[in-house]
Amino acid sequence: MRPAAKPEAPGLGRSETGAAGQFADLEHERSASLLGMWTFLATEVLFFGGMFTGYIVYRTFYAEAFREAGGHLDLFWGGVNTAVLLVSSAAVAMAVRAAGQGRGKSTAGWFFSAAALGAVFIAIKAHEYTRDYREHLMPLRDLPFRFPGPHADQARLFFNLYFVMTGVHALHLLIGMGLVLVLAALSWRGRFSGGRDAPVEAVGLYWHFVDAVWVFLYPLFYLMGR
Amino acid sequence: MAVNSKEGLSPAGIALIGIVLLALLALTIAIARFHWGAWNLILAMAIATVKLILIALYFMRLRYSGRTLWVFAAAGFFWLLILVGLSLSDYLTRRGPY
Repeated sequence: MRPAAKPEAPGLGRSETGAAGQFADLEHERSASLLGMWTFLATEVLFFGGMFTGYIVYRTFYAEAFREAGGHLDLFWGGVNTAVLLVSSAAVAMAVRAAGQGRGKSTAGWFFSAAALGAVFIAIKAHEYTRDYREHLMPLRDLPFRFPGPHADQARLFFNLYFVMTGVHALHLLIGMGLVLVLAALSWRGRFSGGRDAPVEAVGLYWHFVDAVWVFLYPLFYLMGR
Repeated sequence: MAVNSKEGLSPAGIALIGIVLLALLALTIAIARFHWGAWNLILAMAIATVKLILIALYFMRLRYSGRTLWVFAAAGFFWLLILVGLSLSDYLTRRGPY
């Protein structure tokens, strides 16, 4: 294959400012990137919002059962995980700040720390899921579901919501970990220097969003039954 | 004005917000130990909302952003309010079974 000819028309390749051809300059590109990310996050708010609405409706009807079911979750590990995510968000804020100042290696370090904290979160979540499975609190497919007392059916609803919402959240976190690891490698090699750090900011916004979702999941699932 | 200013918090500021967020986590766990009925839910959601606002303003740098981003950030929550509000207006005013 021959290398592609150097683009000349606007709208192709990179302009002399370093921005993609369709943008006037890097600041223009950055504004578009941030606006795009916030638009995506608005759709994510509604994606999780549908599930939160389901939780709100069922909790309104079955408050007592939801309190009982919530008491079966692990308050300690859930709390540790909340702290882990909050600290990871601070690390990402540091990464974005470093990238804005063109310090690529520092960015890579902070992003790597955030990914490591994400891995800790996933490991703790796996530990919790395993315990729920052993206690027959995992109402997936044909798995037996056993819940003491008269509220077993409503508790089953609670655990369905718990596994779907924390599961989708964990999937988001795994995607976030993949993104920050790729960005860590790229920024180590200096890809985002000279004001070309828009991707770092956009991925940072995504990470903080995933953190913020957990900020609501934790009290709704873990704290209501204490 | 640019969509988003490039300034943000200093490292000390980021650390401070992180510590405040962790303190709020400790507070919400402490409150959950008491049994105040409906107030438990209200306080837990109030604390979670404060944490969300801190994350959005300082970690997501909305505090240093232009109006356009504020509108886009608020839009998702505005529609969420309609989703929850209209759903509940139905469920709460109808007698079951569902």
